[in-house]
Amino acid sequence: MRGDLAGYIVRRILHSIPLVFGVSVIGFGIMHLAPGGPLSVYTLNPTITAADIERLRVALGLDQPIHVQYLGWVGSMLTGSWGYTLFGGRPVLEVILERVPATVLLMGTSLALAMVIGTLLGILGAVRRYSLFDYLATTGAMLALSFPTFWFGLMAIYIFAIELRWLPSGGMYSFGEEGNVLDLLRHLVLPQMVLTLVLVATWSRYARSSFLEVIQQDYIRTAKAKGLSSRRVLYRHAFPNAVIPLVALLGIQLPTLFSGALVAETIFAWPGMGRLFVDALSMKDHSILMGMVMFTALIVIVGNLLADIAIALIDPRVKLG
Amino acid sequence: MSDLAISPRTASRSYGAMILRRFLSHRMAVVGAIVVFVLCFSALFAQFIAPHDPLRIDTSLRFLPPFASWEYPLGTDDLGRDTLSRLLYGGQVSLIVGIVAMLTTMVTGTLVGLAAGYYGGVVDNLLMRLVDTLLCFPQVFLLLVIAAFVPPTILSISLIIGLTSWMEVSRIVRAQVSTIKSSDFVQAARGFGATNWRIMLVELLPNIVAPVLVAATLKVATAVLMESYISFLGYGVQPPMASWGNMLTNAQGYFDTAPYLAILPGLLITLSVMGFNFLGDGLRDAFDARLKMDA
Repeated sequence: MRGDLAGYIVRRILHSIPLVFGVSVIGFGIMHLAPGGPLSVYTLNPTITAADIERLRVALGLDQPIHVQYLGWVGSMLTGSWGYTLFGGRPVLEVILERVPATVLLMGTSLALAMVIGTLLGILGAVRRYSLFDYLATTGAMLALSFPTFWFGLMAIYIFAIELRWLPSGGMYSFGEEGNVLDLLRHLVLPQMVLTLVLVATWSRYARSSFLEVIQQDYIRTAKAKGLSSRRVLYRHAFPNAVIPLVALLGIQLPTLFSGALVAETIFAWPGMGRLFVDALSMKDHSILMGMVMFTALIVIVGNLLADIAIALIDPRVKLG
Repeated sequence: MSDLAISPRTASRSYGAMILRRFLSHRMAVVGAIVVFVLCFSALFAQFIAPHDPLRIDTSLRFLPPFASWEYPLGTDDLGRDTLSRLLYGGQVSLIVGIVAMLTTMVTGTLVGLAAGYYGGVVDNLLMRLVDTLLCFPQVFLLLVIAAFVPPTILSISLIIGLTSWMEVSRIVRAQVSTIKSSDFVQAARGFGATNWRIMLVELLPNIVAPVLVAATLKVATAVLMESYISFLGYGVQPPMASWGNMLTNAQGYFDTAPYLAILPGLLITLSVMGFNFLGDGLRDAFDARLKMDA
């Protein structure tokens, strides 16, 4: 057993700390460099006077020097409130966490579906390289990567909700059906389809190249030479080694996943984090935007950390440098 | 003697010919090149091709379906504006944003990558940690946060897109530079007393043109896509000026009565993004079959 595994994990965690720091500085900086600053939304409101804005500035601590504001904000993140929303004055973290289940449901199911479909497409493409199937699959993946996701969503609404009337066009539950699982699933289908398509495209491309690389290696040739069936060689010998790099892809794909979920949630009025973000944008609610930017970036950092640790655990070939 | 003088030229000519041959054998790449050419052409000459003023409102001609009249070949929208003209002018916006954003991305990414790869050490460490940090933010989030607070113009949108997407390019450039920076020709240049700037721009840069060119082509595709996202969500090019993204936003309101208004701009976005993607893929295969930028 590799004794330095624990050391590797600790080092990897320590390595994430500067990232978290960097992310907080950049997130804070962007929001405060915005023209007009955090109170820009009020300057457009004719009923609010300059004196009101000055009072708000003091009340929100915006009259303090920038580094004091930054430290105050970091303090609010450490104590768990993440600041307060400009409209309603609720703790930002609470508002964000409320939206997590809906987003996790959407992202989780789409990701699971995309992994299964993408891996299968990748295996078939790699095994029958340059066949008609491979050609169609790679071209199709390229096509899917070129679709504007929101347009694909709009077309899905047009076909399945307006023309065929099979599925609802948006929301999470029909009116009066809150908590009904079947109703929830009906609402989930379209946004999930949109998000899955984006993920499958990337996933199948990676899976294909990963399998291609593995099935050309010597130990696969040896296994075949021993007379094992090609099915057994593929699934027992090639599969585990080809799938390991895909674990890293999980981490790498997280930002794309968030971006995709944002679009899908906006179009299908799915009440998740993406929707919260877009609503906060239109209200110019600085605290929520800052909180969301931080929240997603932190998840990306943690996700990549977990992916790296998982790979170190399952793949003995990884150098624990 | 004459042999020596000629051989590099013939070699370079056959290298060019080989690239071209490899590119042409890539069927989808050729399709991509044609699509890109047609789009650029129609955007460049939109003023002359467009049958109408894209902003002219005529409420007596609202919602004409496509292919119904010669006067308005692709129909009209909710304000009676000519769809074909709006698509042509919208294409202009998309391509200008795509290209300016790409240039911003390439200049930033190349400079950062060159500096990090060439100097190494602390510079490399700081720049690459910056890249790592920026890559933690989902691009659409970063893009929208900035776009929502900056007054939208074609230039500001291009810059925002460009400045939020240079990170992968700098990684590619850095990787290339750190493998060639200890080559003999670089040592020789240094021996002749060339400055760091000269070495980076005159010795190193020309040797990494291929991956940079491929990345540039693919970046136009992403930028066109990103512009359509921003415009669709209302933070991009503002109405009445047409962009493919805001035409889609507008079409959303008339979905059940005039779906064609939503189909055409989306098709054009897909087509142009696909065109640049296939072109980039083809270039990558043509330059080097093993050149991968997936990481």
